[in-house]
Amino acid sequence: MLSLLRQNWLSAAGGIVALLIVLVALAAPLIAPRDPLKADFRHMNKPPSTEAFFGTDQVGRDALSRVIYGARTSLFVAFSAVLLGTTLGSLWGVACGYLGGRFDALSQRVMEIFQSFPDLILAMAISMAIGTGLPAVIVAIAITRVPFGGRVIRSVALSVSAMPFVEAGRAAGASQFRVMALHVLPQCVAPYLVLATTHLGVAIVIEAALGFLGVGVPPPTPTWGNMLADAITGLVPQWWLVLFPGLAITVTVLAFNLLGDGIRDSLDPKLAPTVLRLVTGVGRGARTAGATTATPATSAHGQPGAA
Amino acid sequence: MQKYLLRRGLFALSTVIGVSLIVFVVLRILPGDPLVALLGVEGHSKMSPADRVIIMKDLGLSDSLPVQYVRWLRDIASGQLGKSFFRGDTVRDLILHRGPLSAEIAILALVISWLVGLPVGILSAVRPNGWADAITRFFSILFIAIPGFWLSMLLVLALLFWFGYKSPILVVHLWEDPWQNLQIIIGPAIVLGLAQGAYIARMSRSCLLEVIREDYVRTARAKGAVERAVVLRHALPNALLPVVTISGVLLGFVLGGSVAVEQAFGVPGLGRALVTAIIERDIIVVQNLVLLYALIFVVVNALVDLSYAWLDPRIRYQ
Repeated sequence: MLSLLRQNWLSAAGGIVALLIVLVALAAPLIAPRDPLKADFRHMNKPPSTEAFFGTDQVGRDALSRVIYGARTSLFVAFSAVLLGTTLGSLWGVACGYLGGRFDALSQRVMEIFQSFPDLILAMAISMAIGTGLPAVIVAIAITRVPFGGRVIRSVALSVSAMPFVEAGRAAGASQFRVMALHVLPQCVAPYLVLATTHLGVAIVIEAALGFLGVGVPPPTPTWGNMLADAITGLVPQWWLVLFPGLAITVTVLAFNLLGDGIRDSLDPKLAPTVLRLVTGVGRGARTAGATTATPATSAHGQPGAA
Repeated sequence: MQKYLLRRGLFALSTVIGVSLIVFVVLRILPGDPLVALLGVEGHSKMSPADRVIIMKDLGLSDSLPVQYVRWLRDIASGQLGKSFFRGDTVRDLILHRGPLSAEIAILALVISWLVGLPVGILSAVRPNGWADAITRFFSILFIAIPGFWLSMLLVLALLFWFGYKSPILVVHLWEDPWQNLQIIIGPAIVLGLAQGAYIARMSRSCLLEVIREDYVRTARAKGAVERAVVLRHALPNALLPVVTISGVLLGFVLGGSVAVEQAFGVPGLGRALVTAIIERDIIVVQNLVLLYALIFVVVNALVDLSYAWLDPRIRYQ
């Protein structure tokens, strides 16, 4: 964290904000001024005031309390989905990169096919198939993360597998599994962290979009997405009901993105420059452009669309 | 080149077949009884076994899965694409009626993203770490984080407040009334275009920065070319290649994002039709629309790859 602060104050700020948001989510019952589910028909559709900082919604629920509790659900969904999807994908990627051969080729095709669906549309279709509930939403988002984790970590594992210490492990008579778990896997942890942080932002946006479209976590449980969906059920949407949940999403995604950038930058750029650029995806090489020697062509070829 | 073309085409075809299998399997095997989805748990429990057989047969769901899959492929080949559970019209009519709006939005968004992203990227690469660069970077980081559908909601709110904006209810095609049509598509196109523009700006900035350091650019400067010509004529063409590729990937974002953005603007496009179908659990419509979205993505990326091979001979001869 200290080295991160020295290098890049923006990323440090992102990290601090992200931490604060996580703390708010964890301590929601202590912080929220009111019960997020309790309707109050004497105070419906009230604009922000000193009594309710974010105003109240159509049935008089306190919007601030709902945004705070919403952080709980939205972050829980995002963290679970990334922990499940990105992790599974990454482990799959390690296996692909190390084992190679037919298993790798087949896996790559499967991942490419999954990547042909726009994220949101795949998540919608899956959550439709397995029902709308918290677990369904988590699984749906997790599945969209698997191929991204798999393809990025595969390329890391591929370059690690070619290193002498892996061969040494094999020469010493270690089993395939042991080499994979003890020699290749640890090298993939740092890129995995960068990937997971950026995926958190993506997962939060997908969750919000699902909630907004009415196929996410069902009401009355507040999430930032279904709060936005609620906001436009009225004839004339109230600005405070639109503004605050969306602001919460934007700030959170921004914080995680900046944190991810910071972690990437603080990793040794010489370790595997192309790989690190791949990890953070489209055009994220902007700041490290000076440090890496990767040509535009190589970076472009790591993108999911390019075969 | 022809060999590359053939290889890339076969590759895309196999991807599309894989995609269709996944769509089919996800929508048939996972939900258990599709009639629960259709009638709801309560309606399903009230249904007699005889009704069940009739309904299943009516919907074409009583055959074995391979038979259903083959029938679907035949429906696709015939161009009819099957019928909606709830409405009498075929999915083809739905796509032909609502598709043009979504296509216009996607194309206009792509145009806007280049018109905004490229100049901004060039400006910030020409003077890295200057004030223009700082502003650009700030906005591109911001626009990547802002969910498009939320920005759309804010825009709708502002338009509603100042101009009494009303969401379009009916589809108005370009050839019917160009002005009405533009009013419908311009909002979503701007929102989606700006978000993609942020990526284009970041990508073109970093690529241009890399190319500008190359020897041949220094040679161009040394021979006395004006800076403008050096950047635009010598450096830019080489820096553009990855940006072209990125546009293909970004199309996936546009396709996915447009679903939520159309909903926020109330545009009666294809994305909205998909959302409605998913909420109504209209399996036939969903499977065809999801396949269509994936198909567009695969085809455009194949085209992007081909254009890339055409622009850069190194790839052609690999």
